[in-house]
Amino acid sequence: MPFRDATELRNAVRSRQVKAVDALEAVLQRALAANPALNAFHEILVDDARAQAQAIDRTIAAGRDPGPMAGIPLAVKDNITTRIGQTTCSSRMLQGYRSPFDATCVERLQAAGAIVMGKTNLDEFAMGSSSERCAWGPVRNPWDPSRVPGGSSGGSAVAAAAALCGVALGSDTGGSIRQPASLCGCVGFKPTYGRVSRWGLVAFGSSLDQVGPLTASVRDAALTYAVMAGADPRDSTTAPTAVQDPLAELDTPVQGLRVGVPRQYLSADNDPRVNATVQASLDRLRGAGATLVEVDLPLTDAGISTYYVIAPAEASSNLARFDGIRYGFRAAARAGQSLDDLYAESRGQGFGPEVQRRIMLGTYVLSAGYYDAYYGRALRVRRRIKDEFDAAFRVCDVIAGPTSPTPAFAMGGLKDPLQMYLCDVYTVNTNIAGIPGISVPVGFAMEGTRRLPIGLHLQAPAMEDARLLRVAAMVERLHPEANARPPLPLA
Amino acid sequence: MSHAHPLTTQEVAHVARLARLAIPADRLEDLRGELSSVLGHVARLTAIPMEGVEPMTTPFELVNRLDPDEPGPCLDIQDLLRNAPAVEGRCLAVPKVLAEES
Repeated sequence: MPFRDATELRNAVRSRQVKAVDALEAVLQRALAANPALNAFHEILVDDARAQAQAIDRTIAAGRDPGPMAGIPLAVKDNITTRIGQTTCSSRMLQGYRSPFDATCVERLQAAGAIVMGKTNLDEFAMGSSSERCAWGPVRNPWDPSRVPGGSSGGSAVAAAAALCGVALGSDTGGSIRQPASLCGCVGFKPTYGRVSRWGLVAFGSSLDQVGPLTASVRDAALTYAVMAGADPRDSTTAPTAVQDPLAELDTPVQGLRVGVPRQYLSADNDPRVNATVQASLDRLRGAGATLVEVDLPLTDAGISTYYVIAPAEASSNLARFDGIRYGFRAAARAGQSLDDLYAESRGQGFGPEVQRRIMLGTYVLSAGYYDAYYGRALRVRRRIKDEFDAAFRVCDVIAGPTSPTPAFAMGGLKDPLQMYLCDVYTVNTNIAGIPGISVPVGFAMEGTRRLPIGLHLQAPAMEDARLLRVAAMVERLHPEANARPPLPLA
Repeated sequence: MSHAHPLTTQEVAHVARLARLAIPADRLEDLRGELSSVLGHVARLTAIPMEGVEPMTTPFELVNRLDPDEPGPCLDIQDLLRNAPAVEGRCLAVPKVLAEES
């Protein structure tokens, strides 16, 4: 892409230095060339995208304002509905499904001039941390195609990191935006729960899910968030309070910032290269005028246990709608089959193994006799986790640590489901508490001759998304060498 | 949860039935191991003191919001029917559900 980031592309389009159709074409050609090797996209919507770009150029030629996202090619995670193309959740259950409506986030971004250019692959129904469990084949890491991109928004992370789009949308239930952003070397931002409408996001864990951007720069993330965020009458869990402009003070200097560093985060269980890179990043912040404050989050390790009760419980309810009747996959009818058999056969054949595991976990923890012991208890731990964050934020402005305990791992490297779940140890509590979190590239681990990106994870109190983005921009400015693109084309 | 007993394959088959999932018999044993392993990990929650802590179901304890009950546009019926696995006219087609009882 001939542009540093999407904001630069937008500026060039708005100031008529480049036509939207030409900017789009450059991005489309990269995406079409790289996708066979990386499998970031399920669909690249070439004709639809060109038509949208022509409409932007006509708006500009007519002297009208094309909007703050003018000409930015948007890659949309395939669990977010779009009227154009399919919305499959990377599941056989929704193969060929065409949504009758656009998600609110997509609608707002398109109204602001963004161009929907494709749908990106994910772990089926956003359940996974490697994007290997995609019905349309695994997604590959652009820095080393023998490794995973992380997940579940792996396709969106690859598209953002390798400049196969302008901006990508993801969803984050326990780390699904931030962990792949860390493993692919882009910015990944999960806003406060309730800031971005979930209308049109296929529900997984309704009290945890949030839509957010994956981008080449913090200012791109701030721009995309500013356009998407705010109350939506179609999602009653969106907050009614006004959205602070995240772009206004993005250049705030580091001086006076208090960075909380939980003693639990730089654990000896992490890859030592991750700990060294995160420590070096914290040292740069201190060198630039920040104060590092040690904070205590003793329930960090309880997050995975809490999450793997709450998220499957909510998923088992949400995914009950896939029954083979109104839409989605229906198993071939057999003589003498009951309606229950049809449901069970359709769900048995339409869902992949991980989705089935989570539905069964959720069904178990919600079943009579186990509800209080599992679900009730997890909800109480949830409040204690939130209280712990509240206490920590009384002495610091943001909390910092690694996004992922390791850099990108080898495909097929984590076969045991529980080991895969533990990838999200530093990100699940953000969703459990409902606070905002962001991953910013801060360095690389060397693996032979290859570089594997490492992200710094920042968290802020609920509704302090603008503050979080300000601090992320500080971190970005302190690590110019980490802001690199993977080499293309790829074999 | 304090009972750290692993699941039996019978329990796994029962949960699959409750979840309306047809699971081949040869997968039950693997699932038993995987689900037991996750539930074993989850069991560490029993060690966390919980006296007087209220359950938290959602990050913001919002009060239910009532919208005015006003008619609005509906989605196009053809847009909805094109995703249906089986259609007859303007209706979804489903297998007979009353056959056994009749």
